[in-house]
Amino acid sequence: MTWLGIYIAGFLVVLYAPILLLPLFAFNDSSIVAFPLRGWTFEWFAAMARAEPLHQATWNSLRVATATAVISTSLGALAARAVTRHDIPGRFAVLGVLLTPIALPEILIGAGLLVTVIAVGLELSLLTIIAGHVLICLPFSVIILRTAFNTLDPGLEAAAIDLGASRWAVLWTITLPLTLPGIIGSVLVAFTISFDEFIIAFFLAGTETTLPVYIWSQLRFPARIPSVMALGTLLLLVSLALLGTAEILRRISVRRSPTNAPLTRIGN
Amino acid sequence: MRSSDLMQRPTGRRWQGWLLAAPPLLYVVLLLALPMAGMLLLSVWTQTYLDLDRTLSLANYREAFTEPVYRILMLRSVLVACLVTAITVTLAFPVAYFVSFHVQPARKSLWLFMITIPFWTSYLVRIFLWKVILGYNGIVNGSLIGLGLIDEPLRVILYNLSAVIVTLSHAWMPFAVLPIFVALETIDRSLLEAARDLGDGKLRRFWRIIVPLVRPGLVGACLIVFIPTIGDYVTPRLVGGPDGLLIANMIELQFRKANNPPLGAALAVTTLIIVAMMASLFLVMTRQRGANRYGT
Repeated sequence: MTWLGIYIAGFLVVLYAPILLLPLFAFNDSSIVAFPLRGWTFEWFAAMARAEPLHQATWNSLRVATATAVISTSLGALAARAVTRHDIPGRFAVLGVLLTPIALPEILIGAGLLVTVIAVGLELSLLTIIAGHVLICLPFSVIILRTAFNTLDPGLEAAAIDLGASRWAVLWTITLPLTLPGIIGSVLVAFTISFDEFIIAFFLAGTETTLPVYIWSQLRFPARIPSVMALGTLLLLVSLALLGTAEILRRISVRRSPTNAPLTRIGN
Repeated sequence: MRSSDLMQRPTGRRWQGWLLAAPPLLYVVLLLALPMAGMLLLSVWTQTYLDLDRTLSLANYREAFTEPVYRILMLRSVLVACLVTAITVTLAFPVAYFVSFHVQPARKSLWLFMITIPFWTSYLVRIFLWKVILGYNGIVNGSLIGLGLIDEPLRVILYNLSAVIVTLSHAWMPFAVLPIFVALETIDRSLLEAARDLGDGKLRRFWRIIVPLVRPGLVGACLIVFIPTIGDYVTPRLVGGPDGLLIANMIELQFRKANNPPLGAALAVTTLIIVAMMASLFLVMTRQRGANRYGT
C-alpha cells in the first residue's frame, strides 16, 4: 500500500507536469518559453485579444463542435434506441459497424475523406470537417447513449401509452427527461473531441480554419508561442468550467428522478 | 453492459428498429466505404507530375515495400506503437488497481476526474509543452544541473525517438487507465475473499483471479493506445527531430507537400493492413490464453 501510494504520487506529478507549466509561461514576461522565468505580464493575453484570425478560428471551432455534437448525439440516440429496444437480428454486428471509426487511425480517416471529397467534386469547408468529426464522435455517442437507454425502464413508456399518452408526449415527458444525463454526456464528449481535433481537421480544412489548425500554424513561429500558452491556459479553464457544470447538472437530474437510481452507480 | 442486455429483452418491432438504425448505419458505412474504396483505387493509380495516370499498376506498393525509407518508417512506427502501448498499459495498471481497490467507492469518480484533468486542454499545446520539459533550457536539464549531476544541458533528450515515446505515452495515459479500471470494477470481490479463505496468498490471488479477469480491459487499453499512436503525425513532428519521424508523417507529406497522393494512399493502405494484423493478434492472444485456463 505504501509503495503503491508513492507510485501514485509520482504518477500524478508526471501527469500534471505539462499543464502546470501552462500558466507559468502564459504570465511569464519573456518571448522565449524557457526557464528561468522573468517576472510576470498580461501581454500574452492582450495579444490574444488583438489577434483577429484567432477570433475567427475560435468562432469556426465553436460552430463545428456544436454541429458535430448535435448531429452525433441525434444519430447516436437513434442507434442506441434501435439496439436496446428493437429485436434487430445481429444487433451486435450493427453495434460493431457503428464503433468501427474508433478502430481506425485518424490519419486514414482524414486522408480517405479528403480523397472522397475531391473525387465527388465538393469544396473543402467547415462542412467537410463536421462530416469527419461526426464520424469519429458517433462511436462515443452510441456507447454513452446505449447505457442511458439500457437503464431506462421500458415499462414506464408502455404504461404512459396505456394511460393514453401520445407518442410525442411519451418522448417529451418520459424518454427525453430520463435519458437526459446520457444526452448531455454525449453532447459534451462529442463537443470536446471535435473542438480539440486536429489530425482530421488539418486534412479537411478549406480556407476557413478551426482553432487547433490555427494553433498548429502558430507553433512554427517562436514569437507566437507565449500567446499559445495563454490560449492553452484559457482553454483549460473553460473546459474545466464546462465539465464542472455538466457534473452539477447530472447530479441535479439524478436527484430529481428516483427512477434514475442506477445511473448514480455509474458515477461512483 | 452485457448482463443488462440479457435482462431486458427487446420488445420493439423489427422494421421499426431497422428504420431507427438506418440513418446512423448509412452514415458510417458511406463515410467509411467511400474513403476506403477511394484510397484503394488511388493507390493503384500513379501520379505523373500534375496528372493522375489511371492505368492500374502496383508501382506504388512496389515503391512502398522496396524503398528503404518507407520500410524503415513502417518498422519504426510499429516498434514505437508497441513500446508506447507496453509502457502506457504497464504504468496505467497500478493506477487503475489503486482506484478500484484502495479508493472509497464514493471517491472513485473524483479520482477518475483527477486523472483526466490534464487532458482537457489542447492536444497540440500539451505535446508542445513536452518540448519545454525536454528542451535545452528545459525542466529536465535545469533540474539535473541544479542537482549537480551534469554541467552542460543534455541535447540528446529532445528531437529523437525516445522523446516521441515519452510524449505519446503521456498523451494516452488516461485512455489506458479507464478500460483497465472498468474491467477491475467488474471483478466480484467475493472471489478474492473465497481465495483468501481457501489459503491463497496475495500473489496467487493476483495471478489467478485478477489477471485473468482483467484481460479484456487490458486488450481494450492496448488497442486504444496502439491505434492512435500509429496514426499520429503531430508528436513526431514536434518532438521527434529528423530521426524521430514516423509513417504517418510520410503519409501526410505525400498527400500535401510532396503532392503524390497515390503513393500516400498505398502507404496508408499498407498501414491499415498492419494495424488490422496487430489488432487481431491482440485479440487472438487473449482468446487462446483464456481457453488455456480451462485446460482446453
